This record gives sequence, structure tokens and C-alpha cells, in this order.
Amino acid sequence: MNSQPLVLQALRQPGSLISLSLEDWDLLLRQARQANLLARLYVLLDEHGLLEQVPFQPREHLEWVHAIAERHTRAIHWEISLIRKALARVGVPIILLKGAAYVMADLPSARGRLFTDIDIMVPKDRLNEVEAALMLHGWATTHHDAYDQRYYRTWMHELPPMQHVRRSTVIDVHHAILPETAAIHPDPEKLRAAACALDGCDDIQVFSPADMVLHSATHLFHDGELENGLRDLVDIHSLLCHFDSLPTFWSDLAERARELELTRPLFYALRYATLFLRTPIPVDVQDAASTGRPNRLTLALMDSLFTRALMPVHPSCSDGLTGSARWMLYVRSNWLRMPPLLLARHLFHKAFFSPKAE
Amino acid sequence: MKVSALSFQELGIRLKKGGIFLRTGSFVTHLQTSISSVADGIGLLYADYPLVEHAGFADFHVSLASPRTLRRWFKPQVLFLFDGKPAFKPLPLDQAFPTFEWGLNWCVSSHANRYLIIHAAVVERGGYAAILPAPPGSGKSTLCAALVCRGWRLLSDELALVRVSDGKIIPLPRPVSLKNESIDIIQRYEPDAVFSRKVSDTMKGTVAHMKAPSDSIAYATEPARAAWVIFPKYQAGAATRLEALPQSRAFMRVADNAFNYSLLGVRGFETMAGLIDASLCYDFSYSVLDEAIETFAALKPPVP
Repeated sequence: MNSQPLVLQALRQPGSLISLSLEDWDLLLRQARQANLLARLYVLLDEHGLLEQVPFQPREHLEWVHAIAERHTRAIHWEISLIRKALARVGVPIILLKGAAYVMADLPSARGRLFTDIDIMVPKDRLNEVEAALMLHGWATTHHDAYDQRYYRTWMHELPPMQHVRRSTVIDVHHAILPETAAIHPDPEKLRAAACALDGCDDIQVFSPADMVLHSATHLFHDGELENGLRDLVDIHSLLCHFDSLPTFWSDLAERARELELTRPLFYALRYATLFLRTPIPVDVQDAASTGRPNRLTLALMDSLFTRALMPVHPSCSDGLTGSARWMLYVRSNWLRMPPLLLARHLFHKAFFSPKAE
Repeated sequence: MKVSALSFQELGIRLKKGGIFLRTGSFVTHLQTSISSVADGIGLLYADYPLVEHAGFADFHVSLASPRTLRRWFKPQVLFLFDGKPAFKPLPLDQAFPTFEWGLNWCVSSHANRYLIIHAAVVERGGYAAILPAPPGSGKSTLCAALVCRGWRLLSDELALVRVSDGKIIPLPRPVSLKNESIDIIQRYEPDAVFSRKVSDTMKGTVAHMKAPSDSIAYATEPARAAWVIFPKYQAGAATRLEALPQSRAFMRVADNAFNYSLLGVRGFETMAGLIDASLCYDFSYSVLDEAIETFAALKPPVP
């Protein structure tokens, strides 16, 4: 494995890119594209006033993808206005999660971020009303298999994804941030109680700064699909750097993680953000977060898995063990989602009864 | 160095080993494949295109390969890989060369957002470009092939690239894709034209590609000015008729045929408005190619 993929160098020190050869640019663009970070690269270079110094050909690619990122941001605003309209009469508080939250709260992590869907969170006892209202406004459920429906509705923390019949946009409606069947239960009530209203809107909210970081970390370190792993780590890095200026942010973070049972994901988030992106984190915060540290053996294993699986899915960022690292983390994520017996039953059903996707 | 400087055998070996860096218009494609029908198609239709030696940089890294499944023994398939990742579902191996053409169109139309990209053929004469947008079945490629066989310069058979900064049309001359009866019609019309082998049973029926004229390839870096937007319609037995079209109607119809009009937002609108504003717009129905060529020869550029 290339010990330090170019894309990491780019994220840490955009200034150093100016001396790259065309050949290096070629490789950097390919790594960044696979990691879904190409538009982010444009933003970094732009913020450092370096775009003009990028050779013509790679700059073209950055400009091309910048147009797509701008379009995504416009589309998110539009889509959220339609979701608000659809849910206006239900009168439930909507909390925007992840990318949609970054865009609407105008956070730096939104710049150059590409989207596939919108995630929202509503109270569990209002799910039916929310689903009905969205259906009335053209969103339809996507998983038609009866087993899949039951899987989501009984065990998961979200409804099956809903897709709009005309615009094809997808919305994920959550009622918690981890599955019902997971071993840890960050209390959605606590998250909701701390949520902040967005400027100028009384019907949509986003998580508090600490909760936003914790959710992002939970998502990254409990999820088995790590194609966007580095992108998600960059989100966390960017949130930490941005919230750094808030007076109580750092002191709240580890305490809040304890309260929400999320000390482990916070530990990993801070560890790998520092390791890969050199995120400046106060020493006392790192100490406080070390309550989430696993034992030495587990940590050594996790290090060897995440240093591989968080890299872009590109041959230049892989070694002979990358494939198995991804697979093991996938298995681990399922392990974290469900108790063993239920998981075995679920996998058995998926393997032998569910219709095969062509 | 041009592709033709390599013998068929050398080309095949290069494609198989490190791949070639092929320049088409303003894009460089790094192509790697060990499929012989692709090598044959490149050797035949891309003979006049420049190879970029010691490139170091390619806009698109593509390869065509057979998926490593059991199917390669009985119904072999081809995959179009964009930097190692499949961009589409696999197609029958026999369609490997058309798949390369379609895949390259996809590369350009889904990335190159410095251009307003319209699904249209573009031909040029005297610095003025005629854009022929292409609702399906309009016979745009047939007309385009006939025009370039009669002295018009080929800018593109498939993708009109309108530069957002100045509204100029950027050439992307590549082989002209013809389907079904059109193949025989153009082979009869221009017996000297070079064609790739016919491939049948594709999603578009039988297809074959006609080599772009050498002059068009030689001038592939020279942009043109938009002068006419013409909606062609081939109708058996129809009289040749060129009818002026209100610019407002033309605008909406061109927008319908654009890949990234809404993606570009305000810039898309402005570029489109500039294009329509600079052009005379027509509906054109025809059934006899010679008459169509005469009509095009008589087109007058717009008065500035």
C-alpha cells in the first residue's frame, strides 16, 4: 500500500499540491473522485486561493465537479422546502441529519459535499403520520419485499427509504440514530431536547454541535459501507475545526458521549481524524475521550482494519489486506446492529428466501 | 504521433499492456483493453487521431474487459470500466466497440460541465456551425454523415459542446454512429467512406460507425460559432422543407435535448439563451439526401 495516499496529503496541506507533477495530479484526482472528495478538493484549493496555480487539465476536472456540487446544494434547498411543505400540516418537529443539516445550517462541511439522499429524524410515535403525509405528496416506499418492510419497521431506526415518484429523490425517515436491535441506545429524546432551531425556520432543526459530531462518528464507525468513509471522516474533521470556537463545545463533547452511550465511536473519530487529517484536538479532550478506548488488542486490530478501509476505493490506496479489512468491518457492523441470534436469522432469510436483486 | 503510425499488431499489444493515450478533440482518454474487436475498431476509425506520448495525465481512464464470471465461457460479455469501476451493466462481447463509443460519450456528457452539452450533431462550414438536436428517430446522424461526406466539417455526431464562458462550439469529432437502414443509405451515398463492422441486436438495433473525415480530425482544436439550430426530421416521401422556428420554441426544444442544462443553473440558461440568440432556428423535413445537402449549402449565416 502507498503509505500515504496523495488525497490525504491534499486534505492536510492543500498548499503542498502546487508542486505536484501532472502525473501526480492525475492520481490525486482519481483517488479523490473514488472517495467522493473531488468537489471538496476544489473548495480547499479555492479557500487557500490556489486554484489559479493548478495546471489547466486537473483544474478543468475540479471546475466540472464544482458545477455538480453547486447543483446538489441548490437541489437540497429545493427538496427540503418540498419536505417542509409536505409535513407542514403534521406539525411535527423535523430534525435534519448529516449532509442536509450541514447545508441548511450553512456549515463549512457542506461546501463541496455531494449527496445521494436526505435524512431526517422525527419522533417514533409520529412515524405513521409522517409517512402518510410524505406518501400524499408523492414519496413512495422502495423496499416492496414483505420481509424487508418488516426488517426496517421492527428492527431498524428508520423507515424503508422513500423515493419521490417524479423527482426520484430519496428521503430516509429516522426515529433514532442506531437500530432498535443494537447493543447501545443513544436516547432520541435526549438528542431532540438538545436540538437547535435553524435561523428563520421554526419547523426544522439540527442536532446541537456535540450531537452532530457524535452522530457523524456513530454513523461512520457503526456502518459497514465504508466507500464514503474518508468523506465522512472529513465531515467530522471539518465539524471539529468549525465548532472549536464555541466556548463549551470541547468540554461538552466527551460528557455528552457518555450520556448518549457513544464513547467508543467518539474515541475512534478523534483517533482517526488526528491520525489521517491531523485535526487539532485539545489534549484534555483526547484524555477525556479515552474512556471509549477499547483494550490494546482490539485497538491494534481496529487500527489495521480502519487504516485500510477508510482509504479511497482505488488500487493505488489498497494492499493485499484491504479487501478482507472491508469485509471484516462489514461483518462487524452487522454484529453491532443486531444480537447474534437475530443476525443469524436475518442473514439466513436474506440468503435463502429474499428475492435476488438482478 | 498518430494511431496509424502503429501496425495493427503493435496497437493491439499497446492496448493490452499499458494502454494508449488517445486525443479526441480537447479530451485525452487512457484506453486499455485486450479485446481484439476494440483494437480493430480503434485501428480502423481512429487511425488519424493523435496519440499523446508521455502524457502523464488523462481526462478519462477507461478499459474494456470481460467480466470474470462463468459466463465468459458461453455468453461472453463486455464491461466498460471507468477507472476500474463498471459504468454500465455488461453487454454482449460482440458489442465491445460500440460500447467503447457509448462509454466515451458517457464520460464526456457526465463530467465536462464547463460546456452546455446538447444531444445533437454539429457540422461547420466557413466558421459557422449548424446544430442538429436529436430527439430519437429524427435521422440526425444520417443527415450529419451525408453533410460531412459533402464537405462540411464534423464537430460532433452526438454531443454539441457549447463553452459556457463564450458560447463557442468546441469540436469533438469522433466516428459517426449509424443505425439500421441508415448504414446502407450512407454506404451507397458515399462508397469511399470507411465503416466499422456492423453489430446487430444492440439496444439501438444494428449499428456501425463511420470514420470521421481526416480534415475534421486535423482541425479538432478549432472552435466554431453557432449560426443555425436545425431540427431535422426524416420522413419517407416527404418534400424537402425548411421552416423558420420561433426562438422561444427552439429554446425549449434544445433545452429538452441538453444533458446538463438544469445542472448548470443560471449559467445553463445564459449559455442556452446566447446560443439561441446567435442562431437562426428551423424545422427541417426531408426524404432525399441530395436535396437536403442543397438546402444546407444555401443556408445564409445570421446577420450580426
